[in-house]
Amino acid sequence: MTATADATPAASARQDGGYSSPLPTPRPHLGHALASEWTKLTSVRSTVWTLGSLVALVVGIGVFAVLQTGSADYKSIPFVAPALFGMMVGQLAVMVLGVLTVSSEYGTGLIRTTLTAAPDRLRVLTAKYLVFGAVAFGVTLGSVAFVGISAALLRNGPEAGYHGAGEWVGALGGCLYVTLLGVLALAVGALVRHSAGGIAIMLGLVTMPPVLGAILTGWPVSREIGLTVVRYNAPMGLIQLFGLPNSGMDGSPTPSDLAQLGLLVLVTALAVTASYVVVRRRDV
Amino acid sequence: MIEAVGLTKRFGAKTAVDGLSFQVKPGHVTGFLGPNGSGKSTTMRMILGLDRPTAGQVTINGLPFRELPNAQRHVGALLDAKAVHGGRRARAHLLSIAQLSGIPEKRVDEVLGVVGLQDAARQRTKGFSLGMGQRLGIATALLGDPQVLLFDEPVNGLDPEGILWVRNLMRQLAAEGRTVFVSSHLMSEMALTADHLIVIGRGRLLSDMSTQDFITHNSAGFARVRVAGNGPDGRVILGTALTKAGGRVLQEPDGALRVTGLELPRISDLAHETGVRLWELSPHRASLEEAYMRMTQSSVEYTSTDDPRAELWEPEPLTVPDWEEEVQAPVVPAETAASFFAPPPPGSAARPFLMPGSPADLAPAAQNSPEEPR
Repeated sequence: MTATADATPAASARQDGGYSSPLPTPRPHLGHALASEWTKLTSVRSTVWTLGSLVALVVGIGVFAVLQTGSADYKSIPFVAPALFGMMVGQLAVMVLGVLTVSSEYGTGLIRTTLTAAPDRLRVLTAKYLVFGAVAFGVTLGSVAFVGISAALLRNGPEAGYHGAGEWVGALGGCLYVTLLGVLALAVGALVRHSAGGIAIMLGLVTMPPVLGAILTGWPVSREIGLTVVRYNAPMGLIQLFGLPNSGMDGSPTPSDLAQLGLLVLVTALAVTASYVVVRRRDV
Repeated sequence: MIEAVGLTKRFGAKTAVDGLSFQVKPGHVTGFLGPNGSGKSTTMRMILGLDRPTAGQVTINGLPFRELPNAQRHVGALLDAKAVHGGRRARAHLLSIAQLSGIPEKRVDEVLGVVGLQDAARQRTKGFSLGMGQRLGIATALLGDPQVLLFDEPVNGLDPEGILWVRNLMRQLAAEGRTVFVSSHLMSEMALTADHLIVIGRGRLLSDMSTQDFITHNSAGFARVRVAGNGPDGRVILGTALTKAGGRVLQEPDGALRVTGLELPRISDLAHETGVRLWELSPHRASLEEAYMRMTQSSVEYTSTDDPRAELWEPEPLTVPDWEEEVQAPVVPAETAASFFAPPPPGSAARPFLMPGSPADLAPAAQNSPEEPR
């Protein structure tokens, strides 16, 4: 058998004098892997639990907040702001699902079955990123949009003032931010191959910097570093993208939305690249 | 066709597989034997591109596994029955694997039928027994209807009916012209299933030959002789004659004689000459397991440390009869003395359960232990 693209079983059978199968032999492509990942993602309960809790948190807390507020409250904050409260907790669900998407395969040994069926590992990993990313973004966006539109419809009295398209773009950025955190979690899961380990790393990555930054600002030596950490971290980025006033500790200029997103894109890209390199090389 | 050339895998200082070269040809069931930790699974993982060889290479139909254009349609493998996500239903699991290579969905239902899991298709695999897991793993391997099949310990955890089914399935797959490569630690099972045996020990190739040749090369046959009435008189007369003729005679606990070094006709002639009537004169061949034990024992002997495995070896269950000038060996307790017709061969107590060829053989097996596999 040669390395030509479509070596049919009949061709190889001729060479071996062996068995030839009636099944079609397409060359596997990314689309096949995407279908497979979609099946995998939709056929386990952890997906339902994590995404379900995300929706419940964002929509539940968001709608509750909308009902508790009046039009006047939206004078200085965007309509999507109520979604942020649930999202602060809900982002953890996205990260947990991101880690589980790949670490559950390693934990159960399924990865060996998968990579035996599809030895082109990068195709499988790419499909994981794409399917998980699309699902996470879709669910996040849907929940945020529901809360935002509810607020816009229910609390659009004259007291609410003017609301431009910018805040919706910001919310879109916020959803992207949460999705990127999930993708980063998937990359971490692929690197550490362990559910609990991956989730712990992601929790630390998201919750530690604000605390750490605050501690660092306490000493004169590390004050500058501390302030930078306080301004650039995951919860702060999310708050800012959702258009809430950024309470800088010293009134220093807040970083732009793009800078917050760009930083996470950079970190995620590094982790994703590392995961590609490691998964391709490593013995399973 | 699987071809390994100088395959080597080191984990740190430990060499798991050491310069292994072999070929697995289509149309045969090839057994892959070796003690625990001898490198069987590592070799299989290298064949499947899961582990990267330290040196050497292994190809399937001339290509390394990871360069096959559609691996799943060429190679199917069962490595570990528990390599599934427990929360996923059996059918969804198979579907997700099938979709990876664009295998049609109806093939999933086909393989579920082949392995007899139709009724469990909607169950989550967490609740599967080990036997069901093995069946699901075999279904996964069959998904792509591949030419080359690898099975790592496929009969683990299967019931007798399942073992029989796997054995027939392997034979059928090989008869269709496929390459079937099966590792197992059940030697007697391999004797019934495999046409060809590759034996490794400590990561090195010990033997690569047909099952029949393997047994012939590694074990001596013997004749079992039972004199009329099973009485000691005839036994002594015949035993003396046989010993004088150059045979070696051992006495089994129930009184039968085990003769090596003489052809059956010669034994019959000697019995006739000495006027001893015989109730039994039967040829016996040492089982695959005995041959295998003998072979791997030698690879174990290279160790410099005390090897506790030595204690697992059975003491010789045979007594040296009176006419032998050697020291009287202790008589083995009667537990090995099973029945009149077929006393168990040496090492029988350590034999794993062996499924007879047909269910009908199962019932009398209690009284009459099954005949040697080959």
